[in-house]
Amino acid sequence: MSTVTESKKAPAGERVADWADGRLGIYTLAKANMRKIFPDHWSFMLGEVCLYSFLIIILTGVYLTMFFHPSMNEVEYVGPYVPLQGQLMSEAFNSTMHISFEVRGGLLIRQIHHWAALIFLAGMFVHMMRVFFTGAFRKPREINWLFGFLLFFLGMFTGFTGYSLPDDLLSGTGVRFMQGAILSVPVVGTYLSMFLFGGEFPGGDFVARFYSAHVLLLPGIMLGLVVAHLILVFVHKHTQFAGPGRTNNNVVGMPLLPVYMAKAGGFFFLVFGVIAVIAAIASINPIWAIGPYRPDQVSTGAQPDWYMGFAEGLIRVMPGWEINLWGHTLVLGVMIPLAIFPAVLAAIAVYPFIESWITGDKREHHIAQRPRNAPTRTAFGVAWITAYMIMLVGGGNDLWATHFHLSLNSITWFVRIFFFLGPVIAFVATKRICLGLQRRDKDKVLHGRESGIIKRLPHGEFVEVHEPLSQGELHRLTAHEQYDAAELPPAVDENGVERKIGRMEKLRVKLNKGYYGGDSQIAKPTVEEYKEIQSGHGHH
Amino acid sequence: MKKLSARRRHPLAAVVVLLLALAATGGLYAAFAPAGTAKADETAQSLAIEEGKKLYSVGCASCHGTGGQGTTDGPSLVGVGSAAVDFQVGTGRMPAQQPGAQVPKKKVIYSQAEIDQLAAYVASLGAGPITPTEGQYSPEGADIAKGGELFRTNCAQCHNFTGEGGALTYGKYAPSLEGVSPKHLYEAMQTGPQNMPSFPDTTMPEKEKKDIIAYVQAVNSDKADNPGGLKLGGLGPVSEGLFAWVFGLGALIAVAIWVAAHTAKAKKS
Amino acid sequence: MSSQEIPEENLPAGQDTAHGAVKVADDPFADPGLPPHKPRIQDIDERAARRSERAVAFMFTLSMLATVGFIASYVIFPVDKIVYIWPLGRVSALNFALGLTLGAALFFIGAGAVHWARTLMSDVEVADERHPMAASPEVKAKVMADFAAGAAESGMGRRKLIRNTMFGALSLVPLSGIVLLRDMGPLPEKKLRVTLWTKGLQLINMNTNEPLRPEDVAVGSLTFAMPEGLSEHDEHFQTEIAKAALMIVRIQPEDIKDKRELEWSHQGIVAFSKICTHVGCPISLYEQQTHHVLCPCHQSTFDLSDGARVIFGPAGHALPQLRIGVNEKGFLEALGDFDEPVGPAFWERG
Repeated sequence: MSTVTESKKAPAGERVADWADGRLGIYTLAKANMRKIFPDHWSFMLGEVCLYSFLIIILTGVYLTMFFHPSMNEVEYVGPYVPLQGQLMSEAFNSTMHISFEVRGGLLIRQIHHWAALIFLAGMFVHMMRVFFTGAFRKPREINWLFGFLLFFLGMFTGFTGYSLPDDLLSGTGVRFMQGAILSVPVVGTYLSMFLFGGEFPGGDFVARFYSAHVLLLPGIMLGLVVAHLILVFVHKHTQFAGPGRTNNNVVGMPLLPVYMAKAGGFFFLVFGVIAVIAAIASINPIWAIGPYRPDQVSTGAQPDWYMGFAEGLIRVMPGWEINLWGHTLVLGVMIPLAIFPAVLAAIAVYPFIESWITGDKREHHIAQRPRNAPTRTAFGVAWITAYMIMLVGGGNDLWATHFHLSLNSITWFVRIFFFLGPVIAFVATKRICLGLQRRDKDKVLHGRESGIIKRLPHGEFVEVHEPLSQGELHRLTAHEQYDAAELPPAVDENGVERKIGRMEKLRVKLNKGYYGGDSQIAKPTVEEYKEIQSGHGHH
Repeated sequence: MKKLSARRRHPLAAVVVLLLALAATGGLYAAFAPAGTAKADETAQSLAIEEGKKLYSVGCASCHGTGGQGTTDGPSLVGVGSAAVDFQVGTGRMPAQQPGAQVPKKKVIYSQAEIDQLAAYVASLGAGPITPTEGQYSPEGADIAKGGELFRTNCAQCHNFTGEGGALTYGKYAPSLEGVSPKHLYEAMQTGPQNMPSFPDTTMPEKEKKDIIAYVQAVNSDKADNPGGLKLGGLGPVSEGLFAWVFGLGALIAVAIWVAAHTAKAKKS
Repeated sequence: MSSQEIPEENLPAGQDTAHGAVKVADDPFADPGLPPHKPRIQDIDERAARRSERAVAFMFTLSMLATVGFIASYVIFPVDKIVYIWPLGRVSALNFALGLTLGAALFFIGAGAVHWARTLMSDVEVADERHPMAASPEVKAKVMADFAAGAAESGMGRRKLIRNTMFGALSLVPLSGIVLLRDMGPLPEKKLRVTLWTKGLQLINMNTNEPLRPEDVAVGSLTFAMPEGLSEHDEHFQTEIAKAALMIVRIQPEDIKDKRELEWSHQGIVAFSKICTHVGCPISLYEQQTHHVLCPCHQSTFDLSDGARVIFGPAGHALPQLRIGVNEKGFLEALGDFDEPVGPAFWERG
């Protein structure tokens, strides 16, 4: 309540703010958020890379819609690009040619749009892995993890629909693949295909239909998810790595106003600038060289954009199984990859829930873990990435063959075998590396840092001088928590009654032992150990 | 050559098929090609055949047989015609260096004059496609756009949209067309070297070959325009994805490290 | 699984105390708290701060110049101007100039702001307390009570008829939306089973648009054909060619291993569907010595000398063959449609 008579008029800015506050309640919002603290770490900015490339995609996308005609009507090309003059093409392709060759700056915006899309997806992948490997998905952030995962998943399909819009020979081949995959769906496949394409492939409808999905439906959902994702980041406050003064109950860093306003705001311009420069120097999806789509033409090296490369790999290396029974065909050769693709993605999406079930830990966690301190999770993550990367290799098997002078068929067989074997090897190796690093940390805590100075003792022995760590460093290396492996309660309780233990609980305990049992983590040094060593032989 | 004879053990069974294929191509070509125009100076011709035979017995006979009849190491050359010789020797594929899935392009070791003599000799063994004249293969005035359409129908499936090459089965590949001369492009379509199918004039007339050559020259040569910038090998999404990860995301992470890093503290004086 | 069932001792020792809210003097691992703030050179040396200020201003100025450059490039360079720039090659001058100037204009705003934040804004680290997400028991109790009151007032639990009919109405109403989707496309019927090919249609060479004669097709050559009467300008060309495209090769009859294939050929000239049976790419990477044909999309490999059976890759069945002959004018003609659906397999294919 302000007094009616103010002695002095407030400055204009304040009056505007007052006006807005009276209607929007901005002071209450600002009170909580204006000096919000963000911790400094480069890996915490990966999400910003995604956010900004998403904004760039929206900005450039709006520009492109002003020139793009989402129509499959056939026209003859009369534009300036000589090698296509007189060719028949859809209006979608023709208008994309127009954007690329006749609209000043159109080519630049198209390239920024497409490069930003590739970087958006790559950024989301890396961001997701950062969150995964530091355990930042744990309570209270599980839902935000799912939002992020959904963004990645929808991003793939937004990308795919956008990639298909110019109706060029490469993307048309991709759409043809999609149609073939839909046909393989049992019972309803042919119906789905007819409905989606408005009849037989390619028909005259899919560009317009993909267009509304690409510019409205999918980005609309994504925008909502992005907003929700950001609100939750604000509400939860960012995770931070353990260190002196950085606990589970606080967040240490710089305030939003002014430092993060400048840093995060500036980073938007940096991201946009970098992508604009990339679009200036590197061409992407040169549809003029690819040519208009015709279902009877094709080029070798027909691949989707990288984020669909994993699916492409699955479909390429799958053996051609097909079952014909009672007048029906079960196209396993296409259906199985089609099912593995979401299953592999779902495996990473549901992981947080599995881990929290295994640990039984219901507390909030705000300290980002070092990957080595969660060896089983880290090993699982690396195994997952390995499977993903091997399928990316499979998706580019023809280019591997030509560029490394290998046989296409051998690469395919390699991928078939290592899709199963690779993750196992990666799991075992990663776990051992993590444990090795844990041992090294323990060694460092107990014996200090290797200084590189070699000292000769009076009796002739050579020793390396170890410098003791600072207390801050000691704290940092011992701040992580370690679970004790779970045990099943005794089969008979104290009253001699047989205890009922469910099968799920048995499984949980078994998994828990695998996670935190004797060989799965190195017990962190205790104060007693430390004191004993420090007092015993301080020189060591 | 010595290297060749040292490696002559390899049984190139598949090339027996080439023998049949090329012989048939040549035979058909001879049957339908306009006959009897090259009787101009017979003496110069027979001289070239004579010289070619000498070169042949030194460089080629060890695999293809003394009379071009073929051995286990090399197919018969009867009826392959001068165009095949001009292509194979003119691109350095022949003489072959070692057995493998496919004989690669190498440094050319014969002069054009010697190649012409060799070609004249091989052509004398049996009628086959004749080395094209410049009038046949010169892309001057050809329809580039029509060539593009033909290229996408007939060629792109193996050689990629703009002729960057691609993989075939078991280590074989369709080579890149970058820097391949119009004559050799023409001869390749005419004769179908190694595993490439032929595109004889009966199904792809001379004019269409010219269109294709004009298209390849327009999109895959030093003179080709890449308005968007680096063409990244012309390989499509795989190299684009790699570029986005390494240079795009790489640069952004480098920037992020700078943004998030703590500023240097003043040293204690 | 509720948290009560997890024995407390299996959880790590209280994370809150481990992080040393209270500093224990003789615990060497205890949290020493935030280290004291150390000043940057800009904090103690005004000249250094000035230098930073100038650097920031310089970057903002560069951005302004770059924007001017962007507008100038837009005006100066014709849209079709190609220039050679090492190592990019022959690129569009306009695209290059616009991209670099726009990039610089944006980048230097960002770089200036970040440099400003890093060198001149306070770099004292501040700690913010966290609060648990879950509401306090009092809040929860109040919400539960409010909900119970609201639910009771609605009569939802009591008046089952209202509740049930409402659920019924709500679950039925989306059906209208689904019904509306029906006209997105026709029913499949036999569409995927038939192509334009019928008995007597000549095979038209796609290069020349002329009918093919058997003599035209040499052993080792590759030709693509479409049915007579189809033209690129037809409205349904794309849809029809997607099923009717043919790949024509000639194999020495004695090399053809499959009896039916030889029977359906004309003197070794065989016509196979160009559409891959995997997911429909136009397959046509024909190796004339091995008679293998490879799909460039997913590497299914078919042996054209053996009934086009699959010898590698993800395709599930052989390429359909079109039975051909020669008509009285001496041209190749189809002797009917394919006897099986072309292209990818589907449920009703059988």
